[in-house]
Amino acid sequence: MKALCWEGVNKLSVEQVPDPELRNDQDVIVRLIAGTTCGSDLHLIGGYIPAMRAGDVIGHEFVGEVVETGSAVRRHAVGDRVVVCSFVGCGRCWYCANDLWSLCDNSNTNPGIGQALFGYESAGIFGYSHAMGGLRGSHAEYVRVPFADYGAFKVPEGIDDTSALFLSDSVPTGWMGADLGGVKPGDVVAVWGCGAVGQMAARAAVLKGAERVISIDRIPERLAMTERYVGAETIDYTTTDVAAELRERTGGRGPDVCIEAVGMEAHSDGPMHLYDQAKQQLRLQTDRPTAVRQAVHACRKAGTVFVLGVFAGAVDKFPLGAVINKGLTVRGAQMHGQRYIPMLLERMAAGEIRTSHLATHTLPLDRAPTAYDMFKEKTDGCVRAVIRPQP
Amino acid sequence: MKKLWWAVPVVAAGAAAVRRSRSAHRSDERAGDRWLTVTINRPPTDVGSEGKLPPPLDELAERIDVRIRPAPGDRGTELAARFTEPVPAASTSVPARLAGQDPRQELRRALRDAKSLLEAGEVLQPDAPPTTRPTAGGRLVEVFTRRSGGEGVL
Repeated sequence: MKALCWEGVNKLSVEQVPDPELRNDQDVIVRLIAGTTCGSDLHLIGGYIPAMRAGDVIGHEFVGEVVETGSAVRRHAVGDRVVVCSFVGCGRCWYCANDLWSLCDNSNTNPGIGQALFGYESAGIFGYSHAMGGLRGSHAEYVRVPFADYGAFKVPEGIDDTSALFLSDSVPTGWMGADLGGVKPGDVVAVWGCGAVGQMAARAAVLKGAERVISIDRIPERLAMTERYVGAETIDYTTTDVAAELRERTGGRGPDVCIEAVGMEAHSDGPMHLYDQAKQQLRLQTDRPTAVRQAVHACRKAGTVFVLGVFAGAVDKFPLGAVINKGLTVRGAQMHGQRYIPMLLERMAAGEIRTSHLATHTLPLDRAPTAYDMFKEKTDGCVRAVIRPQP
Repeated sequence: MKKLWWAVPVVAAGAAAVRRSRSAHRSDERAGDRWLTVTINRPPTDVGSEGKLPPPLDELAERIDVRIRPAPGDRGTELAARFTEPVPAASTSVPARLAGQDPRQELRRALRDAKSLLEAGEVLQPDAPPTTRPTAGGRLVEVFTRRSGGEGVL
């Protein structure tokens, strides 16, 4: 079959790879209908995530049709149209049983790498390096889905493929930021980043009853999209002082909850960006925490900062003093999608969550490297490029 | 030169693992006979007893001591094992571990597999083949992945 493979730093190509096989009784094989680029893929492509091998298939956000089931699969049958959670969870370890699915004990086939890096390993994720389990990604004609009874969800008739696609990762990730960030009615919430995850975090804050939701970015079309489809206010950080603007809009208090949806390759227009760029390129720090620093400084006293963006290792100049002296709660997590996807399917069916606008471009699998180029450079207003094996 | 940049995180990850293992070794003279433990989200009666070990740990029954006890806070059951004869220090060195000569790797893998079988009913297998292009960097990653199931903080 054809698949999009990582071939080295900033080098992708569409290759012929062996078809996936059922390797466990609880697996299904899914024929891809559509997948999407994701900002976290750019970290892989740029060489910031360890343990990639040339020939690895990338992609982790997808919708497809079940074409084969393992003997122990109970909840799915051939022909089911499913959206699949990007993180794999066994459903029965203590973490899955407590709805902390991205921490599953049994879905990362290379636990020693994660334990060396982080102390304990995370769950496995599709197409996201051998440190995260080495499972093949979804930018292919077919993909194997382990523990499918827990990670694949039937898509109701009324929800189209492109809308459902974003329930794989972007929507539940955003929802988790607002949920575990503790957003409640009356809160003022600031969200750094107006990509798909940032927009969905802002939408979740709106739906959870926040009084005001303020999203921060620099890309005009993303800011406009956030105002139009999410219902949030926006700040263009290239034209104003974000901290001063947030103080003014919050009666001087600062936001109650700050959600960072940017990640390890953050941009800013200040001198710290040059500093972070230099240190990251020299591998003196693995990640650029620009937006996290801003969020920590901007957050009100005793507020909450939730880190949704993907970070891989160590950062420099983290304002720990602000965390202590302002009494902040700082929290982060990879995405516990299985916890939220059934509820989000219902909200999408009810029209509360829209995602189709995120799919600004659609390309066939043969042109997937171009899709990633467009997505990375944000050319032609690209927010997400949808990749379809069957155009 | 740019092509080599990708390898930096891999080497960093390796260095972190080695550094961690060295510091652990320096401060832990009991490394060779320390209990290796997993907590299983099942009641003790499902996990077994010293005379009846869960697979595949039962294959090592003649060579190991086993301790089974309830985990606090309704977290399941702690299953601990260690070799009856402590592992020699030479076997716990980094070169021995990279060469797959540390017997604790077999024990860690057996504990993890027993936990997966008891909790999830199967041990998740990686996709095969893991990748399609053999490269120098890929072989380095392969060294880590080959040992990964038998390594870690367990």
